[in-house]
Amino acid sequence: MTSQNTVLQRAAAQLEISGLSKRFGPDAPLVLDNVNLSVERGEFVALLGASGCGKSTLLNLVAGLEEPTAGELKAPEAAFMFQDASLFPWLSAQANVELALELRGVGRQERTEQAGELLELVHLGGAGKKRPHELSGGMRQRVALARSLAQSRELLLMDEPFAALDAITRDLLHDELERVWRRTGRTIIFITHNVREAVRLGQRVLLMSSRPGRIVAEWSVSEGLDARDRAELSGEITTVLRREIRRHAA
Amino acid sequence: MRLETDSGDDVGQLEAGLDALQAEPPGRSRVRPAIGKALLPVFALAAIVYVWQMYIWIVQPRPDILPGPADVAAALGSLWGDGAAQETILTSLERGVLGFLIAAVIATPAGLLLSQHKGLRAAFGPLISGLQVLPSVAWVPAAIIWFGLTDATVYFVVLMGAVPSIINGLISGVDQVPPQFLRVGHVLGANRWQQATRIILPAALPGYIGGLKQGWAFSWRSLMAAEIITVGGSMGFGLGSLLQQGRDLSDMAIVVSAILLILAIGIVIELLVFAPVERRLLRGRGLLKSGEA
Ligand SMILES: Nc1ncnc2c1ncn2[C@@H]1O[C@H](COP(=O)(O)OP(=O)(O)OP(=O)(O)O)[C@@H](O)[C@H]1O
Ligand SMILES: [Mg+2]
Repeated sequence: MTSQNTVLQRAAAQLEISGLSKRFGPDAPLVLDNVNLSVERGEFVALLGASGCGKSTLLNLVAGLEEPTAGELKAPEAAFMFQDASLFPWLSAQANVELALELRGVGRQERTEQAGELLELVHLGGAGKKRPHELSGGMRQRVALARSLAQSRELLLMDEPFAALDAITRDLLHDELERVWRRTGRTIIFITHNVREAVRLGQRVLLMSSRPGRIVAEWSVSEGLDARDRAELSGEITTVLRREIRRHAA
Repeated sequence: MRLETDSGDDVGQLEAGLDALQAEPPGRSRVRPAIGKALLPVFALAAIVYVWQMYIWIVQPRPDILPGPADVAAALGSLWGDGAAQETILTSLERGVLGFLIAAVIATPAGLLLSQHKGLRAAFGPLISGLQVLPSVAWVPAAIIWFGLTDATVYFVVLMGAVPSIINGLISGVDQVPPQFLRVGHVLGANRWQQATRIILPAALPGYIGGLKQGWAFSWRSLMAAEIITVGGSMGFGLGSLLQQGRDLSDMAIVVSAILLILAIGIVIELLVFAPVERRLLRGRGLLKSGEA
């Protein structure tokens, strides 16, 4: 808690990355090369890129799951939502959320209460007793969202959290995530390789190149865009993305 | 504001509908197949007794070489009647269970330590795997020299049989914990102790239970070996001792009865203790197909 407060006072930027590079092992190729990025408090950033370009690696570095090879990274402790829900199968949905609260140091009684509220927030009030394997993919992903919110960290990192879901469920979760983001004011970095998803959610869309991964383009998505504007922007981004991918064909 | 809550409710309803469609419907009761399945081993047993009886009728072996089902049943009946069967079963079970519990208490922290400490594991891992392969009967002569004909000999042999397999079960359980769980633990802010107790241990539980089950099997086998070889002194009279006594008296019906009792105890413990625990554990994690009872 206190570390978050000091971060709060120090800077407006929530996340500051400069000259960040990463390779896995001394002779391995560069996966990330000189990545620079600054994310403001409360911002919703969508990070786009082809498969294997290093998106997950970047997020893992930010979360402290990997060590950078070079460069600087200033990030608060972050909550993380993985591509697969990664719930613990021996705990009920409620207990999964409670564990996150417990590891944060929340007392036993408050845990039960807060976990219940968080599950309500993702419309899963009635499913708290269920084990992960009894839930559908979309429900599991919502429990995972509730769990990452339980961490109560200002920065939320999401690594293709909805990639494995069907379109209807994904649409719903987009609405839900947007609602949660507006209500809680969290800073979110959302990885996807779906251009429309990036435009749907992000205030800012970043495009990564592959091998080595760099941030090569950036668009801002203004709030007022209607469906046609968004479709147009998606088309434009897709063109650039395809050009990036085609570069590797040669 | 109003509009927003409205659409929120709508989303909630849509979601509830989807959830209902995608979640598993409550399973039908499967009582009848379960009963049918329980009967199958009984049929198998009946078939074996039938073949046995046919052999006795057709070949007519000497009863002191191979007694018939009726002779064995009579021997079992008289052992039960004078209380000898109950007493030997109790003596053996008490030793087996106590030895197994001591083994679990020793092996659990040892296994956790070895699974977490690379150096210790590199040093002791091969030795423990070797001990698991070594038949624990091999320890009986040494144990008799060290402890004489006392219960200590029996417990020593049981421990040497059970401890390595419980340790190995726990280690392989920990090895099979998906690394993703550890990453989640890290992200959730777990420290080392919390990581070990809240994530690694529960995740490794199926492997650990498997190790305990095998540990029990080794306990029971080692106990019987020890009881057969070491009779007399201050030792109690167990199932293995009964078997040995049958041999000394050349009473084949008692020998077969003792073997059947040893076998039956093994089956009963497996069915009543380990199978339900294992099944509950796996079902709770969705690792059991719903058709498997
Ligand atoms: N632990 C690792 N060891 C070695 N190489 C790795 C490791 N993790 C990732 N890589 C390599 O780094 C590159 C980027 O991987 P990363 O998972 O970050 O891609 P991604 O953009 O998230 O892809 P996707 O969209 O498929 O998830 C890949 O070439 C991958 O092989
Ligand atoms: Mg990835």
